[in-house]
Amino acid sequence: MSYRGASKQFLDSQNVSIGDKIRITKKDVFYEGMVLDRAEDADDEHVVLKMASGYNMGVNITDSRIELLEKGEKPEIELPPVDVERDNHKKDISIISTGGTVASIIDYKTGAVHPAFTADDLLRATPELLEHANVRGEAILNILSENMKPEYWVKTARSIADEINNGAYGVVVAHGTDTMHYTSAALSFIMDTPVPVVLTGAQRSSDRPSSDAFWNLMGSIAAAKSDVAEVTVCMHAEEDDPACYLHRGTKVRKMHTSRRDTFRSINTEPIARIQNGNLKLNKNMDYKKRDYKRREESEVVLHDDLESKVALVKSYPGISAEILDLYVDRGYRGIVIEGTGLGHCPDYLIPAVSRATDSGIPVVMASQCLYGKVNMNVYSTGRELLSAGVISALDMLPETAYVKLVWTLGQTDNNEEVKKIMQTNLKGEIESRSSKKFFLI
Amino acid sequence: MHLIIATVILMDYEELGLKIGLEIHQQLNTDEKLFCPCPCELTDKKPDYKVLRNLRPTQSELGKIDRAAFEESRRKLQFIYEAYKDETCLVELDEEPPHPLNREALKLSLIIASLLNMNVVDEFHTMRKQVIDGSNTGGFQRTGLVATAGYMDTEYGRVSIENLCLEEDAARRIGQKKGKVVFRLDRLGIPLVEITTDPSMKHPQQVKEVAYQIGQVLRSTKVKRGLGTIRQDLNISIRDGARVELKGVQDLDLMPNMVENEVKRQINLVGIMKELQSRNANVVDEIYDVGELLKDTESKIISKAILEGGSVLAIKLEGFSGLIGREVQPGRRFGTELAGYAKKMGVSGLFHTDELPAYGVTQQEVDAVSKFLKLDENDAFILVADEGEKARNALLEVLRRAKTAIKEVPEETRKATDDANSEYLRPLPTASRMYVETDIPTAKISRAYLKRIQENLPELPDEKQARIIQEYSLSEDLAHQLVRRNRAAEFEEIMGSSGLDSTTVASTMAYTLKELKRDGKAISKLTVDCLKETFNLVEEGKITKEAVQEVLVGVCDGKSSPEDAARDLNLIMLSEEEVESVIEGIISSNSEMIEERGMGAMGALMGKAMAKLKGKADGKLVNKLLRNKLQNK
Ligand SMILES: [Zn+2]
Repeated sequence: MSYRGASKQFLDSQNVSIGDKIRITKKDVFYEGMVLDRAEDADDEHVVLKMASGYNMGVNITDSRIELLEKGEKPEIELPPVDVERDNHKKDISIISTGGTVASIIDYKTGAVHPAFTADDLLRATPELLEHANVRGEAILNILSENMKPEYWVKTARSIADEINNGAYGVVVAHGTDTMHYTSAALSFIMDTPVPVVLTGAQRSSDRPSSDAFWNLMGSIAAAKSDVAEVTVCMHAEEDDPACYLHRGTKVRKMHTSRRDTFRSINTEPIARIQNGNLKLNKNMDYKKRDYKRREESEVVLHDDLESKVALVKSYPGISAEILDLYVDRGYRGIVIEGTGLGHCPDYLIPAVSRATDSGIPVVMASQCLYGKVNMNVYSTGRELLSAGVISALDMLPETAYVKLVWTLGQTDNNEEVKKIMQTNLKGEIESRSSKKFFLI
Repeated sequence: MHLIIATVILMDYEELGLKIGLEIHQQLNTDEKLFCPCPCELTDKKPDYKVLRNLRPTQSELGKIDRAAFEESRRKLQFIYEAYKDETCLVELDEEPPHPLNREALKLSLIIASLLNMNVVDEFHTMRKQVIDGSNTGGFQRTGLVATAGYMDTEYGRVSIENLCLEEDAARRIGQKKGKVVFRLDRLGIPLVEITTDPSMKHPQQVKEVAYQIGQVLRSTKVKRGLGTIRQDLNISIRDGARVELKGVQDLDLMPNMVENEVKRQINLVGIMKELQSRNANVVDEIYDVGELLKDTESKIISKAILEGGSVLAIKLEGFSGLIGREVQPGRRFGTELAGYAKKMGVSGLFHTDELPAYGVTQQEVDAVSKFLKLDENDAFILVADEGEKARNALLEVLRRAKTAIKEVPEETRKATDDANSEYLRPLPTASRMYVETDIPTAKISRAYLKRIQENLPELPDEKQARIIQEYSLSEDLAHQLVRRNRAAEFEEIMGSSGLDSTTVASTMAYTLKELKRDGKAISKLTVDCLKETFNLVEEGKITKEAVQEVLVGVCDGKSSPEDAARDLNLIMLSEEEVESVIEGIISSNSEMIEERGMGAMGALMGKAMAKLKGKADGKLVNKLLRNKLQNK
């Protein structure tokens, strides 16, 4: 119970707990309703009631009398297990949940929203999934995606690998959207997967009928059954239902705080478009060049050593060299600068950059423009940065460059090797050609 | 049949246990919407883009989906939303979380609550009320409880005002396109107050009275006026009947009729129920395919369905014969009730034995189907011809409704029709469909703030009318028009600085402006300042009273000020000397007539002078000068 101070005393005086039906009498009016919990950060002068009409309201307890009308039963959420028979004609798809509510169940009695966390919950909320696959669910984490960290990437990768090695035909990872593109990039580098690994989530919470979660999940199941054996992100293609895009995990980014179609392929095009469960490969893909990796019969290979002491620093007018110095002094193993334009930072930062590279700390330059490729040959500052040993991230997204450096430093201590890996296209993260089509589509 | 109508005329409402409640939705006239900064105006502009969406009902804890929500979902409708780049934003599209609660709207709702003697809550919580008919992009309407336990006194006694809620209006239904309902987002999010009385009204006339009085209260505050800005729903039940909600009662005068017709309906449904019970009626839970029996029918609807690969399906209602055709409301039969349920599943209607043979269905075909279904003489059948699944769903609904008919009058939400009848809309929503809107912080309503509001409550329209009649010696008609057209405040402001007679000002405000608006003039240009200036011109003798309308037209047409308009339109009054010289000119060019008639030429010359000086000189002055000149000649 989050009541405290005066309101807690007020409730305690009549032994009232959450869920009880009470009457609060004031000078001109009385209210009857069920006591609900109050937000932790709210004041201690109000008690929240749910009225018979369904409305909630806050009642100020000053000059009020409280009466217990009826002890509430502790709402027990005991749902019968979902009995699903395996259908041999359908593919086995695993859904791994890391948090972020792609499905939830509302308790209208109290108005509480319970995230559907277990596989059963998920299937109860979206039974339609079973029409398309034998769905197995596994909850491995329950965190908000802003709380993701490299060790969780590894944990996720290992769980995915288990599912695949246990015969999953494809794996869907339910993930909060904020950092989904970091995780998709991380999984791309960590795993060599023989089957599709599809990350998905929801921009509109799944407790609302308009949630995008359902179509994102449906699209992801279709993607997990497809031939695209890469780590991808499947989210709404437009503001409309039900179409989704399948984005390459290393070249996708959250580009809007709230829209459904927030995820965009940057410096490339989506791999496929999925509508009503039908996956259509992007016709611009050059199949002969094997623009995507096909499904194969092999084991998962994990390269899951990471170096988490890597910093991502944004350059801005007025930035101080102290910031780079701080990372060097604190023992950071790598720095990615999100530079301006073609890949620049103020020239007065160059000594600090040199100090870092001289200390054996790789410094990678990406661009905060996001679109386009880093090219440090054009202007003098860029050339000086190159001389200082800065590694160009080419057309990699800053976030992808950061994740890749975390991964690369886990693979090798050799800085020449680091540079070579960073500039070699491993998982579609580097596109050599540019195209008119790649900007703001 | 006649007997039923006769009893209805003598209806004793108390005996019947009639209970009526009223629910009024009124749009507020705020600058912005309730949860975003978009304008609260409807638009006829072509939408800039359209968005396709699906809604799915969410499950509650018990796996129980709300009854009304579930039915909507079974129709599997997709929705198209018409959106604008400037007039609507991402909030309406459910692509952005709502902005904080519009404080102006909250304040207005507090004013209205106070005028209705209500108790305002200490803390306002925004809720999500599930609505999955597509009219809200999120699948829920945002609403919150503002006040409870108010009252209103009427000549039929005191009525409790139970609740006042502040909520967002729904999207505007535009039509249907390939099975998808099209909504426009312009209306979505306009603030509304919802005022609910308790169901304690016992007489049809009382409802009208209460609706009128609440309307008066609303119109004393900043609310929207005009068609569609206020919506009234009625809750009606009789003791042996059920609670029925009548949506969208437009005309106050129709309200008593509406109540009477619903009472009739419930009485007749109770009658049908008793008859069914006495006949041991039974609904056979099976849907039969009778397409084969009707393959050569001349019925257009049936043959069309067959031709298009659809089905002709039938159900058997044991003991229903003769009752399906029985009238329940003027011009509406029990069969119409059943058809209402079927239509919700998308079919255009149904056939029942009480009306057959007809519509191209022959007696032989009726006999064939009856034989196939093994119908007794007391039994009836119902036919639906349409695309297979549609027809099946329609009959499932009819089965459900028919079963209920044996047991009870069903609780329903019905749509009020223009002839004071109603048609089936959906089951009454169950109460369990609200949960808290977590994206919007709660709003404390301090008692000090509330006190300030309550010390400055607006005058009610009736009070205002009485006062301005008294204060400005206006006729009742003018005062009424000013109040009704929401011009009283402007009138009083102008009178505060003008020495002109109140009737001239009032009739300009009440009638001239109305005429100009009707003529399509841009009367929004006629600000209070502009009106003041115009009346000043009259006061200073620069224009005549008669020229006021023309001057205002000039301003509407783009003249920069009333004085410019008067000058450009040649309406500025001439000085006495100028008038004199005009008159001298007339006299000299009519010397022959004057010679001949002397003072007898006065009338003709006055006519000529006024034709020339109309709007530029006062008639009395012209008359005086002309008379002098003629006499002194
Ligand atoms: Zn808006």
